[in-house]
Amino acid sequence: MAEVRFQSVRKTFGKVTAVDDVDLDVADGEFVVLLGPSGCGKTTLLRCLAGLETVDSGRIHIGNRDATDLPPRRRRISMVFQSYAVFPHLRVRDNIAFGLKMQKEPSRVIKERVESVAALLGITDLLDRYPSQISGGQRQRVAVARAIAVRSDVLLMDEPLSNLDALLRLQMRAELKALLLELGATTIYVTHDQTEALSMGDRIAVMQGGRIVQLDTPLEVYDHPTEKFVGDFVGTPPMNFLAARVEQNGGGQVAQLSGGTLPLQGVGDLVGRDLFLGIRAEAIAVEAEPSDHAIRAAVVVNEPLGSHNLITVRAGTDLLKVSAGNHFFPEPGSDVWLRLVPDKIRWIDRDSGKAVAVTRDQAVAPA
Amino acid sequence: MEAAVAPRATIGRRLRRREGLPYWLILPTVAYMGIFFVWPMIQAFELSVRVGGHWTFSPFRTMYHDIRFGQALHFTLLFIAIIIPVQFVLALTMALIANSDIRFRGIFLFLFILPLGASDLAAGLAWSSIFTQHGYLNTILQDLGLRHTPYIFINPQHQTQLTLEIVAAEVWRSTALITVILMAGLQGIPKEYGEAAEVFGAGYFRRLWTVTLPMLKPAIQVALLLRIVLAFEVFAVVLAIGGQTTTTLALEAWNWQTSYLNPHVAAAYAALILAFSLVAAAVVIRLFRTRPEQLLR
Amino acid sequence: MSIRRRKQLSRVMLYTLAVILALWTLFPIYLITLGAFSTENAIYSYPLQLWPHHVTASTLSFFVNSAGVIPSLERSVWVLLITLALSLGVGLPAGYALARFKFPGANLLRLGVVGTRAFPIVILAIPLAATFIRWGIDDSVLGVAIAHTALALPFAILTTSSIFAGISVELEEAAMTLGCSRASAFARVILPLALPGLAASAIFVVVLSWNEVFAASTLTVLHRTLPAQVVAVLDQALLPYRFAGGFFLLAPPLVMIFVIRRFLFGMWGQVVK
Repeated sequence: MAEVRFQSVRKTFGKVTAVDDVDLDVADGEFVVLLGPSGCGKTTLLRCLAGLETVDSGRIHIGNRDATDLPPRRRRISMVFQSYAVFPHLRVRDNIAFGLKMQKEPSRVIKERVESVAALLGITDLLDRYPSQISGGQRQRVAVARAIAVRSDVLLMDEPLSNLDALLRLQMRAELKALLLELGATTIYVTHDQTEALSMGDRIAVMQGGRIVQLDTPLEVYDHPTEKFVGDFVGTPPMNFLAARVEQNGGGQVAQLSGGTLPLQGVGDLVGRDLFLGIRAEAIAVEAEPSDHAIRAAVVVNEPLGSHNLITVRAGTDLLKVSAGNHFFPEPGSDVWLRLVPDKIRWIDRDSGKAVAVTRDQAVAPA
Repeated sequence: MEAAVAPRATIGRRLRRREGLPYWLILPTVAYMGIFFVWPMIQAFELSVRVGGHWTFSPFRTMYHDIRFGQALHFTLLFIAIIIPVQFVLALTMALIANSDIRFRGIFLFLFILPLGASDLAAGLAWSSIFTQHGYLNTILQDLGLRHTPYIFINPQHQTQLTLEIVAAEVWRSTALITVILMAGLQGIPKEYGEAAEVFGAGYFRRLWTVTLPMLKPAIQVALLLRIVLAFEVFAVVLAIGGQTTTTLALEAWNWQTSYLNPHVAAAYAALILAFSLVAAAVVIRLFRTRPEQLLR
Repeated sequence: MSIRRRKQLSRVMLYTLAVILALWTLFPIYLITLGAFSTENAIYSYPLQLWPHHVTASTLSFFVNSAGVIPSLERSVWVLLITLALSLGVGLPAGYALARFKFPGANLLRLGVVGTRAFPIVILAIPLAATFIRWGIDDSVLGVAIAHTALALPFAILTTSSIFAGISVELEEAAMTLGCSRASAFARVILPLALPGLAASAIFVVVLSWNEVFAASTLTVLHRTLPAQVVAVLDQALLPYRFAGGFFLLAPPLVMIFVIRRFLFGMWGQVVK
């Protein structure tokens, strides 16, 4: 296993810049997820690491070697493709053994390794079948088995779960994570599914327009998005963003929202700026009765999700999604009162879309 | 962090090597076609206008004044005029049948396209065995009681009759190719268009005329082009059935090359054939041009 | 007439038409086969037998043993082998390039390759005859093979291109990440998968070469290939020779077409662009 370093990597296709001067350090044994919408450059970055695309500028280091000019086969990587790319003309056994055969390992070693890897992925009884004779989910396991059988320095995965149906995907997610944890493999994993990214990665690199927008642990990315884009993209449901203006109010401040006002403390440097107030659904308490500093909103639709209810409400001109208990069923059109948890509020500058750093202690002014 | 100045050169070199691969792969083809296709064609033109180092039109004059030239020209053009419509109707019928939902359509299709394996020589030999004086057609006519003595089908005096017989042989042989092309085109037409037309009251032939055929235009264009070019190459089937009493432009070219040992006149014939082919190709392309707005891509 | 009745009637007509057309196709093949396997006497008698009467291989063997047939047959085989090797050897890389790479000039190449079909073989064979004399390969198997390759190359390129395009590029990439160079990824992964399609194309090229008459007749004098040999003696050829010769020329391609029948539509679908 080895660490990976991207240095100012740039890749263009004609006039389109797919990867725009990206720097990224991945530690030995770390699981980093490249997350972003389609077209953000995550797959291109992965392919540059694999050597399937040549970079236009920048360097890529794998371990202590500069791999930038090396062809894929010399980089000591292995890869799981989105379509699995399991060789149709070879049995499962020979698929898994392929990389080892290329490395000219003795057949005894190959046999042993194939069988142990197959056991790890639960496909031992499929070894003598052909890919056309097994299901998509099983083929996916073969692809993973083939990749880990070679004991490469870095494991690359390009949306390996996206072609599985929802239930299988959930199951494989956990299995894969446990497996990779046990192997201690340096893994770079590409996905557009933010749930996958949050649940699997040690760190997430959120990408947009060819750049890494935020590189952090899942919790940090979830809790402290550096940009409005990250708040929108990560989390189910996305973070709520309310247009706000902060004004000085005596010793403290007050946020002017479309649906009401919110007293604040200690946010003096936000005064006079056009901002977004960001807050997640679960950080808003929903009540049927008014209370101090609560914001009034009208219920638009209630989506019961079993464990809780996701209610879409309108406060002024803002539409928010809030979480309520699974026994709370307000009538559409009726009023509810929202109390925002103060230290869960995130401020985004409306012009730049970037997060505004504030001191941590914001509190609702006591009555 | 080493800035990428020296490394950039390596990248550049490697890029050129990597991205140069397709050009190396097509090099043999480009070279081959250049040497053995483009160059010979230029030479053909040269042969037809250059004799013994002098530029001259004499090969063309010789060709024009040759007795057999008029006959060859007449036959070739007549042949094409007759065979094209006949073949296309036949091929379309076969393709439509094979594209319908009758049982055994796979077998029918295979039988329809079987003559793809027949060279024009083999077809000529097969059909000459039918048309020859003591051949199969006369046998059948006699067995059916329609005739008491053999009819002379292969009669140098009846050139038109000979032409039709040669047309029959060629129709038998080369319709298969057109059927395949039209089949491929038909399979590209989604069924929904015909079904929609049917729902709106169009009967079979109306649907054929207003929906199927217009969408088949690209395939018809290709088939027509191919067929016309191939028709100008007609050679062995004529020899097999009519001997040297009938002649085509290609046959004359062959005669001048191999019997009279005059490559210049042969090249003149070849140039004429090419000119006809290209004119026909241009006409076909023009006639069957589909306006871009009409295509749903 | 009710709709049901009308439908039944039209189906009957359809089947009838199909059968008639199928019989029309089979008829000459049947007749020449019949003739080829009849005795010489039967062939000279009139009216001819329309059903197999006295099946014999004597007429065929008479043909095969006629002057010049066996050597010309040998030469035809050599020509098609060389044509096959040349057209695949030159065309396969180009087909691969067209399938896998987007490079400037790809469309031009494709157009050029397809466009060669607009040029009749006549304009190619005549000058080649002169050129081959200059190069010393006139009247040779190699000369004919060169001409046949020029004919078969466009076809080889288009079909190999479509075969490779139909094989996912990720398979090659996977092989490359597992230790293969581009070449060995091609050999170990792509080639085995492409083999059935390539075999079918190869057979079609063989049929093309076996059947080609004009170039063969123009480029050979003493060292004729089979079609050229038959053409040369055609005006003196008697009925048995014609029957047997026709059958001999027809049978191998028909068998080969039968073998590759399933691939035929894929191949020609390509030419329709």
